[in-house]
Amino acid sequence: MTGSMDLPAKGGFSFDLCRRNNMLQKNGLKLPGFRKTGTTIVGLVFQDGVVLGADTRATEGPIVADKNCEKIHFMAPNIYCCGAGTAADTEAVTDMVSSQLQLHRYATGRESRVVTALTLLKSHLFRYQGHVSAALVLGGVDCTGPHLHTVYPHGSTDTLPFATMGSGSLAAMSVFESKYKEGLTREEGIQLVSDAICAGIFNDLGSGSNVDVCVITKGKTEYLRNHQLPNPRTYASSKGYSFTKGQTEVLSTKITPLKQKVEVTEGGDAMEE
Amino acid sequence: MSVSPRPPPPRSPGFLPRPGSRIPYGFAPCPSQIFEYNGSAVVAMVGKNCFAIASDRRLGVQLQTIATDFQRVFKIHDKLYIGLSGLATDAQTLYQRLVFRHKLYQLREERDMKPETFASLVSALLYEKRFGPYFCQPVIAGLGDDDVPFICTMDFIGAKELAKDFVVSGTASESLYGACESMYKPNMEPDELFETISQALSSSVDRDCLSGWGGYVLIVTPTEVREHVIKTRMD
Repeated sequence: MTGSMDLPAKGGFSFDLCRRNNMLQKNGLKLPGFRKTGTTIVGLVFQDGVVLGADTRATEGPIVADKNCEKIHFMAPNIYCCGAGTAADTEAVTDMVSSQLQLHRYATGRESRVVTALTLLKSHLFRYQGHVSAALVLGGVDCTGPHLHTVYPHGSTDTLPFATMGSGSLAAMSVFESKYKEGLTREEGIQLVSDAICAGIFNDLGSGSNVDVCVITKGKTEYLRNHQLPNPRTYASSKGYSFTKGQTEVLSTKITPLKQKVEVTEGGDAMEE
Repeated sequence: MSVSPRPPPPRSPGFLPRPGSRIPYGFAPCPSQIFEYNGSAVVAMVGKNCFAIASDRRLGVQLQTIATDFQRVFKIHDKLYIGLSGLATDAQTLYQRLVFRHKLYQLREERDMKPETFASLVSALLYEKRFGPYFCQPVIAGLGDDDVPFICTMDFIGAKELAKDFVVSGTASESLYGACESMYKPNMEPDELFETISQALSSSVDRDCLSGWGGYVLIVTPTEVREHVIKTRMD
């Protein structure tokens, strides 16, 4: 272990604990489940651009870990990406490609293209042969027009006019297949995407809570966070629980006042030269 | 010719099976559920310009209790604390690495890390070990700029979950979700926040065999830090 603590790692994955974990696995360890976004994510192309939609539930096995998480990730000002699968993988992969796109923008001086993001994502996922479990719906508008792609965990991609991914994808796709047509207006596009996500929320157990929508057109992106809240918390009592002071039995207490950090500004005359 | 001293024989704690004996259920040297090896419960809640972070105090090896004063909530700086649930050895190692990184940051930037930055650091450190992870679920709580409270939790590979009300982790997490969901109210003052988080923690660990044996609650406001050790059922 000499040297590994000296400097922070330069990036990429580190496999030092794998030997210990393999030993534990041979002795009967079952690797625990990660937080997944059992999800409904959708995208469609309308006449002026692309609309992306996602639900907001993050699950940890059967438990809802987050009732209002964000699944539509920023990639570039004109490109957004919805992520399904293992939450850590989708966040890490979209953050990484977003940084690479920004460096590329600085180097070229041009707006990022959707196919650039697509190629970066698919080559990273293919390199890890599906072990980085991220299923993505990538959409954006660049100088060549609006684009919508899906990316699968093993690295394959599709280019489509409308797409759905995640555990609720069948529910959402049924809505798209019946109501989608080319040349939708902005309002129709947003309404169709919301309907598809709601179908996922109400029919798929892995998706739930609210609807997030992102509308990308040439030169303008609108992220409508919590566009619809079809599951409000109406059952909570307005009084709530109230505990009187001293109800908890305390064995010991220690109070530490925090030092206020005082800024000392050097006043007075400048040094004579 | 000097004889080198014989190394001392390995200690054999009573609960490990002797060679040749049948291994009774629950006493295998390695667990099937790594998060249930030591048992833990950590919760953090947001109040009005303050936050509270609490944990249980039991350290166990499966069904046997080893210590009832185990520290799970660690200080990073005056206004930033991290609670680490899961495997105790990984929790301590991860804490040492995080303190190391924070000290480097302090030397370079000449200031303390903001809670949001620290959460990104923890997430990156955990994701780096994506295919050979630390078996820890952190709960991070701190006061950010203008003393706005910040809490977040992560799964053991670094998927951040920011929350505005409360976050939980550990073997008692399912009970904690239920207790916090019903007992939490927004904008609580520090005294009321202390009572609420203590009641949520004690009632949840009562329903979990692997955590409990006392509770440690920390309330941080912009002017002071209050640490309390609370009494729970010791079973």
